[in-house]
Parts: sequence; structure tokens; C-alpha cells
Amino acid sequence: MIVAAVNAGSVDQVFVLAKHALLARTPDALQPLASAIISIIPLLVVFPSLFAITTVLERKGLGRMQNRLGPNRVGPFGLLQPAADGIKALIKEDVVPAAADQLVHFFAPVIFVAAAFVAYAVLPIGRNMVIVNLNAGVLFFFAVGSVVELSVFMAGWSSRSKYSLLGAMRAIAQMISYEVPLVLASVPAIMQAGSLSTVDIVNAQAGYTGIWPHWYLFTPWGIVGFGLFLIAATAESNRSPFDLPEGESEIIAGYFIEYSGFKFALFFLAEYLGMFATSALGITLFLGGWSAPLGISLFTVVPSYIWFFAKLLGFICFFIWIRGTLPRLRMDQLMGFAWKFILPMALLNIFVTGLWRFLPASPLNSIRWIVCAAVLAAPCVVLSMSLKQKKKLLIRTYHFAE
Amino acid sequence: MIGTGILKGLAETARNFFLSYVSKDRLTTVQYPEQRLPQIEAARNFPFLVYDGAEWDAGMRCVACQICEKECPPKCIFIEKSKDKKPDAVGKPQFYPARFDIDISVCMSCQICVEVCPFDAIKMDVEFDLPTDDRFAGLMLDRHKLSKSNEYYHEIHPTEATAVDTALDAERAKAAAAKAAAAAPKPASPAATAASAASTPKPTEGESK
Amino acid sequence: MSTITLPTPPVLNPPASLEASASENPERLLELSLGPQHPSTHGVFRMNVVLDGERVVRLKPVFGYLHRNHEKIAENETYLGNMPYTDRLDYICSLTNNWAYALAVEKLAGIPVPERAEYLRVITAELTRLLNHAALVGFLLQDMGASGTPLMYAFREREKILDLFEALTGARMMCNYMRFGGCRVDAPAGWLDQARKVVADFPKFLDEFEKLLVSNEILMERTQGVGVLSRELAISSAISGPMARASGLNYDIRKVDCYGIYPRFSFRVPLGSHGDVYDRYMIRILEMRESLKILEQALRDIPEGPILDPKSKPRGFRPKPGECYGRIEAPKGELGFYLISDGSPNPYRYRVRPPSLINLTVLEDLCLGHNVADVVVILGSVDIVLGEVDR
Repeated sequence: MIVAAVNAGSVDQVFVLAKHALLARTPDALQPLASAIISIIPLLVVFPSLFAITTVLERKGLGRMQNRLGPNRVGPFGLLQPAADGIKALIKEDVVPAAADQLVHFFAPVIFVAAAFVAYAVLPIGRNMVIVNLNAGVLFFFAVGSVVELSVFMAGWSSRSKYSLLGAMRAIAQMISYEVPLVLASVPAIMQAGSLSTVDIVNAQAGYTGIWPHWYLFTPWGIVGFGLFLIAATAESNRSPFDLPEGESEIIAGYFIEYSGFKFALFFLAEYLGMFATSALGITLFLGGWSAPLGISLFTVVPSYIWFFAKLLGFICFFIWIRGTLPRLRMDQLMGFAWKFILPMALLNIFVTGLWRFLPASPLNSIRWIVCAAVLAAPCVVLSMSLKQKKKLLIRTYHFAE
Repeated sequence: MIGTGILKGLAETARNFFLSYVSKDRLTTVQYPEQRLPQIEAARNFPFLVYDGAEWDAGMRCVACQICEKECPPKCIFIEKSKDKKPDAVGKPQFYPARFDIDISVCMSCQICVEVCPFDAIKMDVEFDLPTDDRFAGLMLDRHKLSKSNEYYHEIHPTEATAVDTALDAERAKAAAAKAAAAAPKPASPAATAASAASTPKPTEGESK
Repeated sequence: MSTITLPTPPVLNPPASLEASASENPERLLELSLGPQHPSTHGVFRMNVVLDGERVVRLKPVFGYLHRNHEKIAENETYLGNMPYTDRLDYICSLTNNWAYALAVEKLAGIPVPERAEYLRVITAELTRLLNHAALVGFLLQDMGASGTPLMYAFREREKILDLFEALTGARMMCNYMRFGGCRVDAPAGWLDQARKVVADFPKFLDEFEKLLVSNEILMERTQGVGVLSRELAISSAISGPMARASGLNYDIRKVDCYGIYPRFSFRVPLGSHGDVYDRYMIRILEMRESLKILEQALRDIPEGPILDPKSKPRGFRPKPGECYGRIEAPKGELGFYLISDGSPNPYRYRVRPPSLINLTVLEDLCLGHNVADVVVILGSVDIVLGEVDR
């Protein structure tokens, strides 16, 4: 494995160097605390700003897909719209139903946001830029991610409203169903890298052969794993086409129907943060984290965190694209899809990763590729046909009256 | 293969996204109030009273016949006749409305008042920008607010206004010819003298039709 | 039309299995009121559903929130004065409402209609059908969560037709265009060419729409096999319009009654075989294509001439005493007006047969056993407008 001769350029490491400079000035006793705070503050600033930008991007992107302009009155090209939305959310009256469980109702959005933020602790944003390099980073991420499901249920249950109860039930069923494929889809990357630490996984992909990167995406199991991860991530973040828990046209806002004002904004924030976190994990596991797509100097000279955010933007655009196109799946179809298609494919993917490791790595990897691709493709086709067959979904032809 | 239909849909949406930057057909937003859609000639919103000439009070065509008040389906027109008369659009002395109120909070823009008016006095306006902060008095338009000039009518509905003007001019010509014939010196023939005696100008009673 | 022998009406109760599970544990059931304020009930419409988990056990529609005394007001208005009120019945398709009423009055009083007016009526009615079906298909997809994209495309096309209506009648929505004996005003210069252009551009939109959605797996999963209306139930519940044709019932009033000049146009009537939501949706798209055919023929053949019967005048209309029922194939079904005249300028009795309401009576049977998410989709496919349901 040829590691590209990249100098730890000062632009690339500017934040790391700044942090070291600041730490050098603090007294020794306070250094661990100061280190933690200095690491967290950029997180608390950058990702909510990304959330603000995403809301505008989403509305304008959806607008363009629907042949209309998105918001364009507040600020140039509508870029100050999040400020207007934020002010609106803050000055709205906070209505809590009298029958609601007040404590749980209050803490649900708080826990949601807290859990979403904590998950960022193990994600490497750039070279040497991770808040905490845990040995079991990926495991930590999934553990914290499950707290999100708890908070969703807290919100739905404590609101004491039939619509929110329906939404909470659906949310729990959906999130649990898709948690399993999410974890299983990330196992191949862990197997290949040999470690649960996110930093190790990224470093394993940061090399280049010639100009081609060692991303796990460029392997047959990587492609399938990435696809499954993407679908499961969409479902975990309650994004269309899996946004049944907040199915706007049926149960109006589902589990956060009784929230207004700032708490509603917090739910929104937490949902998007969760989306970013899961996308960031997907980037870490399959897309090489902060490494550049090609080994040419034009790309490698760009700082690592820029690449990370570029890939994250790509994910966001993809989510927006999917949202603008697809209608939502019904509950039973959603779960059937998870348990009957995604889960078997994820298990098969793990098996194929093992196969990949033990097949000889011939010069062009061609034997490995052909065998693994065949083993993956055939059951995929069979499974999808059997799904269609069971429901007899056909494109029908219609006849006309004589 | 599962997903082909979805991929086709995604391709369609992406196509619309990129084309919206390029072709006008794919971005149909008109940014009101900076941009406006071209005014369609036949459009109608609320009625207005037409007046000829420069003075709205003297030139109003309405003769307070109250036909529009009777035919209006939601009964939103309120008319009170005057006691005296003034010449109408054709020159004949007629009554005129001392009060002509339309309650535009009730008016449903059905245009029946325009259809039944025999004097081309009430026509449909196109102005929709009529906000007010008084829910009752602000939405009850009196005859001053309702009166707009014939030139304005030509601006908003040119074809109709031209046709109406042609018809009115013909009527005015007929009325003027009748008046001239009645005032001209008659030839001295017994039948003609008897006819002229019978048709000596008397002050014509202005009857409302 | 051949006579239909009515079968014995089917039992309209929830199936035994659902009743049993519901009665053995009534606390399991959740009673939910969908509406009247709801994003997807197409107006102020309320459905009291009783749910067992996510499945519907009973459904009771509650409507009347938009009742405006239309029929009583009509008894105190002149016949012409009622015409603008008919616009507001099915407020998306005002021109077909106008035509149905004008047809009923013309039948009552025996008023002939000139050729050009008949052609204009057909053109406006078919354009209205395009409007309605485009809006409905867009809303159906919006209710399924496609976040408005197909809806925006449908409305982009509707705008072109609404501009046509504004140029012809003066208003986009409340057109008040038909009169007894013809139409109110003739098409202005250039209108027919503009209409031909719109009709020529429309198939492109239909193709795009089909590409976006017809083979979409998610759509197929959500609509096929959902809300199946059997042919027998359709006949015995007096269902009409695209909903009946999707269940295989060959009943299109344009072919049955041959009103107006429809016999002159060649068009086909699409029929479905399954009677589910997918069929209703596809039948409407196919009907849009057939309407385009009719429009092409009508725009090609429209003659010059008067547009109003010369003997008709706007005031003082007093039909002879009698009664009549006039009906047309409105985009939603059979829209009929029943009038009783007693010789005065106001009708003695004025009754509207609203297709939306009659089609709604089977809602419970369609929704039983399905999920809550399906209820919204089924309601969308029934195609109701509350203005017509409540009058």
C-alpha cells in the first residue's frame, strides 16, 4: 500500500495547530478540560450552521425540482431564511397540552439533540481531527444512535394525543427494523479494516494505488454495503420515502404534533443532525473519510476537512433529490422491505466480504471482482423478483369499451 | 429488477432541476410585485361605473334604472334614485343615482349586472389590490369610488370599450339626427304643416325605460 | 344501453373476522377523528375511524361543514341568477356545472342551442376534464408523500388552461359562462389558436407524468390492491364516473345519453378490471388522453355562427310549469340537476345530484381492513370536492 507523500500541510492542519497553540497557553491542570472544550466548540458551531444552510438548500432544491423558486426574499438568494425561521421559532408560544406528561414532554427534544451531538465525538472530520479516538468508535456511535429512538418514543407517548401515539408506534417499529441492517451493513468495513475505531478505518482507506484511492466503495461488497447503508440511513433519519412517522399527509406531524415553537425547532435540528451524523459515518466507512478521491496533486493539496464536507454535501443533495421524487412507503411495506430484502442482503454482504479477503488478490483484482459480484447479484435479483411476485405488482394494460 | 421505476423517476426530477436553470418553461414563477403577468383582456374582478368626459358626476352613464340591483344574485347593489334629471350618455335627460353602493365583500364577480345593464353604464374592473383595514365601511364602495373614466375602460378592455363606444356613437348620432329633424324648418305643405304642428318641439319628458 | 339486472345487494357490514377481534377486546380499539382540519381530506371533511392497531375497523364519514344552502337559495333566485351559484358547487370544474344546469333548463323550456355554442361547450367541458384529472392525480401523489413534485407539474399545466378560461370567460375559477340557449360570449380573436397550442403541448406533460410515476414501485405497492370496489357494489351504490369505469362498468353518459354534439366525436372509454386505486388513477390518465382527442376534433371542426339562441334574453325568463332532470358526464361522475318549475321566474324545486356525495357512500366498504395510510389514498381516489358534497 503506497501512502501518498502528502505533507501534513499547514492549511490542512490549521485547526489542529491552533488547538495546540491555545492549549500551550493554558495551565497544566486545566489542560484536559480545555482540550475537551476547544474540541467541542467547533462542533457546536459548524454543524448547526450546516443545518441552517441545509434547510435553505433543501427548500431551494425542492423548489427547482418542482419548477419554482425556493425562498428568495430574505437575504441574497434567500440565504438568510434560516435566521428568519429561527427568530420565528423562538418567539412562538410554547403550547404544551394540559394532559401531557410535562417532564417527559420537556426532555424528549433535549435528549434527542444531546444524543445527536454526542454521536459526532467519534467521527474524523479531517486528518488528525477527531474529538475522541475510541477503540470501539463505531460501536459507540450505534449505541448513542439508539438513544435517539428512545427520545422519539418519549415525545410521542408523553403528548397524550392519538396522532402522536400512532406516530410514535410507527417510529419505533421503523427505527428498530432499520437499525439491524444499518449495523450489519457497516460490519464489512470493520472486517476489512480490522478495527472498530473510526480513525483506523479512515486511515486504512487513505492510501492510493497510482491515482485510485483505496476506498471501500470501490469493491463489490463496498458498493452493496454502501447502498444498504444509504437506505438504512434514510430510514433511521425518518427522511422520505421513509418518513411515515411524521407522515405529513396522514397523521400530520406524527410524534411531534404537540410541539410548537423552539421545541419544534429542536426536533428539526436534531433530526438533521442525526442525518448528518449517519451520513458522516457512511463517509467514514465507505467513502474514505477525509481522503481525496484521486491521488493527483490537484486534489490532495485541498485540505482534508474540505473533502469531508464536500462528500457530506453530496449526501445531503442526494437526500434532497430522493425526497423530491418518491412517495412514501406504507408501514407494512417499509418493514417488509427491511426484513425481507435489506437484511438478507446485508448478511450476504458480510459473507462476500469474507470471500473477498480469502480470494487471491490477482494484479487487477479481476477474479475477486467477478466472483464476489456474481455472488451478490444473483440473490439480489432473485429476492427482488420474489418480492414483486408475492404482491403481483404488474404494469397493467387497459382495454377500452366497444 | 427492483428499483428501475424509481430510477426513472429520479432521472425525471434531475432533468427538471437542471432545466429549470435554462428553460423558461420549467421555472414558471413570476415574482410579484416586481414582475407581473400580462393582463388578460377579458378578466373581471369587481364592477365599476363608467363616466364619459372629464367630470365623474356629470358624465356618469348610469340612469338609476335599478335593473342591476334586481338581477344581482347576492343583492350587493344598493341604489337610490335622484329627484332631478341630467342628460345621459346619449343626451336624453334621465334620473341618475343619488346613491350607488356596491358591497364588494358580498359581490361574487358574476358579471350579471353588466349583462343586463341597457345603458353600458356598469362594467367590470380588473383591480384586485383593494386591501383595507375597515371590514365593513372600507368594503362598501360608493358611487365616487366606483366611477372610473371611459379612457380607463379603454385601457383595461380595449375591444369591448371600442364596441361600446361605436354603439353609443351610433345612438348619439340617431338622437342628434332626431333632434335636428324636429328642430329644422318644415316645408309649407298641409300634411307637412299638420305634421310639423304635431311635432313642434315640446319639452320632452325624460322617462326612464 | 342494455338493461342491467341488479344483483342482490352485498352485505355492507365489516367482515366477520374484524368484528370478532373488535368485540372481544374493545379497549384495543382507537377511535380517531381524521379531520375536519386535515391536510389530506380534500376540504372540510371528517372521518371517524375506529382503528385496531393500524387497521380500520369502522369508518363513519361526517360532512356538512361546507353546507351553504345552495338548493334553498336557488328557490329564491331567478334561473339566471342561479348560474353563478352553480360555479361554486364543484369549484374546480365550474364550466361543467354550468353546462349541467343549462342543459336541465333548456330541456325544461325547450330552448335550442346553436352549433358554435355546442362546440364551445364541448371544448370548455373537455378542458375542464383535463383540469380536474390533472389536479386529482397531483393531489393523490401529494397525499402519498411525494412532497409536491407531481402536484407542481400538474399545476404548471393547469395554469395554461386557466389562462385560456380567463381569456374566454373572464375568470379562472368561477366562470359563469353558459347561458340558456348557448354561451355568454364568443371566443376572442386568437383564442382558438391558443387553445390548439395548449392541446398540442399537453401530451408531452402526460408522458412525463407517466414516466415519473407509472412504473414507480413505491406507487404500485401503495395503490395496487388497495380500496377495491367490486362491480356489483358499484352498480348497487349508483357509483358513476371514472370510479365506476375503473371497476369495469361501461357507463359514460357522453355515450349513453349522447347529449350535446358528442356523437360527432370519436373517442374511446377506458375500462379498468381491478377497481383499485391504481386503476382509478390510470383510468383518469387515459381519460385525459381521450379528452385531448375530443379537443383536437372539436377545435378543428368548430364552425362560425351565433353563440346564443336569438330568442333568449337575460331578463324575464319564465319557463312553463313542468319538471325535468338534466345530467352530464362531469369529471367526477354523473352531475344532474332536477328542476320543478311552477311558471314563476324562480324554480319551485332545485335539486343537485352531486356525484362526489354518491360516490362517497361506499367509503367505508372500501376502507375496511386497510391501514390508516390507505384511507387517505382511497379518499383521494374517490375524488371528492366538498363544495359538491355539502352544497
